[in-house]
Amino acid sequence: MNRLQLSAEVQDASTAPDVNFAYLDERTKRMIRRAILKAVAIPGYQVPFGSREMPLPYGWGTGGIQVTASVIGPNDVLKVIDQGSDDTVNAVNIRRFFERTAGVDTTTRTHEATLIQTRHRIPEKPLTEGQIIVYQVPVPEPMQRLEPRETETRTLHGLAEYGLMHVKLYEDIARFGHIATTYDYPVMVNHRYIMSPSPIPKFDNPKMHMNPALQLFGAGREKRIYAVPPYTAVESLAFEDHPFEIQKWHAVCAQCGAADSFLDEIITDDAGGRRHVCSDSDYCQTRQDEAGQMGGAVKDLP
Amino acid sequence: MYVAVKGGETAILNSYKLLAEQRRGDPQQPELTVEQIRQQLKLSVDRVMTEGSVYDPELAALAIKQASGDLVEAIFLLRAYRATLPRLGNTCALDTSRMQLDRRISATFKDLPGGQVLGPTYDYTQRLLDFSLLANAQTTLIEEPPKGLVDVPTAVPRVVDLLNQEGLIEKTPCPDNDPAPMDLTRSPLHFPADRATRLQNLARGDEGFLLAMAYSTQRGYAHTHPFVGEVRLGQVAVDVVPEELGFAISIGDMEITECEMVNQFAGSKTEPPQFTRGYGLAFGHSERKAMAMSLVDRALRAEELGEAIESPAQMQEFVLSHSDSLEASGFVQHLKLPHYVDFQSELELVRKMRAQQASPALPQEAP
Repeated sequence: MNRLQLSAEVQDASTAPDVNFAYLDERTKRMIRRAILKAVAIPGYQVPFGSREMPLPYGWGTGGIQVTASVIGPNDVLKVIDQGSDDTVNAVNIRRFFERTAGVDTTTRTHEATLIQTRHRIPEKPLTEGQIIVYQVPVPEPMQRLEPRETETRTLHGLAEYGLMHVKLYEDIARFGHIATTYDYPVMVNHRYIMSPSPIPKFDNPKMHMNPALQLFGAGREKRIYAVPPYTAVESLAFEDHPFEIQKWHAVCAQCGAADSFLDEIITDDAGGRRHVCSDSDYCQTRQDEAGQMGGAVKDLP
Repeated sequence: MYVAVKGGETAILNSYKLLAEQRRGDPQQPELTVEQIRQQLKLSVDRVMTEGSVYDPELAALAIKQASGDLVEAIFLLRAYRATLPRLGNTCALDTSRMQLDRRISATFKDLPGGQVLGPTYDYTQRLLDFSLLANAQTTLIEEPPKGLVDVPTAVPRVVDLLNQEGLIEKTPCPDNDPAPMDLTRSPLHFPADRATRLQNLARGDEGFLLAMAYSTQRGYAHTHPFVGEVRLGQVAVDVVPEELGFAISIGDMEITECEMVNQFAGSKTEPPQFTRGYGLAFGHSERKAMAMSLVDRALRAEELGEAIESPAQMQEFVLSHSDSLEASGFVQHLKLPHYVDFQSELELVRKMRAQQASPALPQEAP
């Protein structure tokens, strides 16, 4: 193999012809697909897999990238979001990675995508049958902060012994009057496994429940894959007298007027000025376009 | 009008250019060649090969150049390159007693068969900055490399094998049928991990992390009473048995550093008092790494030897899950990626909690 040639290609901004389709070699993809199949068969169960060292750093989405690389085909249309947006640098970088190594079509439109890789959000527009959403997961073990030893948590999952987690939530209520977890809020999948939904805001948790799309989760550094098959029950943990609640805002999106989406707070000046805009850039843009077509452009709120 | 963080792609491509500029430095200065790095920054190259798990000085030097000398970044580059290489086969176990020695010291015996060979080492340099190197003068070459001062025999027995003749040191025979070790780069780590797997993890582990863990065992966090049985540096032959031949052929030599640490062991119900061993192995000349590794290896054998597990260095999950520089560096540094959404969620929560604290007379319980 010619090293100079290889390095020239890696630096080349266009597609890299000498790299296998979607970067990973086919045997690695097969190994990952097997892990995915097992994960789909046991919803919410963390399947260990031989995570590879990707050309992007751990923590940047190597688990999601490996899952995406293993399920993507030449006819797929890929959307990549980070914090709900297609334009954040990490989303741009991962999208470029697949444009270069797989040459697939990409989109920012949620409904056009067959495959969506995400970090920290689920799109506002409901997903449909046949779509796959791949979550980047930093810490797959929902109980890791309560019990760092994996040998212990594995046993707890095996026995469905989740007292630890319930006590944690109860202590929150005793101390603060409410559950003080706002993102990566633990869920019960298919009435069996407690699962980390990845650090999505709890606002997004209800979207996972009975979702028609296939939801895959990849944790590269921790070497785990898990899944929620279509139409699977996903319940956010709660107590009868302290039901699960999602975030609410006393504001609407300053750009599209949406009152039903997750809003990011933007600091606009150095005098404490703030405004709220949709975190989901496609949702916001679509609403603005539609409003524009109807001739009723949404004015910025003060 | 608020503009979302658009133009990310342009920013990324621009950052490549700025990085290249930073790497090159002042263009008036001649550019470093990969060969210069390979020849003159040998110890960096050795560390990158060791933790990058690839024995290839040229590629390691290239990685160092590309990473502007950031060794962890260079290790990353080499690992990412390695990840997609096919596995062609396994070598035979290295026979380090047949090593061509450049250096070999034992802290346990004043003299021993094969002798002590100081070789190249910073150990007895007096750490005064050498301003003659600053003056850019051509380093005066010693006319004749001081070879042949000591006539090192080609096969030098290992110190631990000498102790073994008295039965004072534990034996570590090859397990039945010589099972193939697992490959940590192909399969995930499972706990509890056997010793071969642990050693593989430590060999790839971050030198700084292992050094600190090893140091902690010397300061009361775990009970080790170590002696350097032997540190040796030299060339060792790498053999493979091709299937179509059925016998071993040598495919080349490799420079390695090996450390056998000897530890006192009071004995147990089944074992008489004896010395136990900790093992360290690294590519090239990497003594700090090999020695730290051997101390941590010994500490991690606590369970097997019936010792109380009380200190971090003895805890498999603690050590093996945190030893990898790429995993650690990635997860620590990922904190600079956008976390707007999580932070927004926390912002709401903290505001809610502050509001509650400011007016604690929430209509929950009237006195």
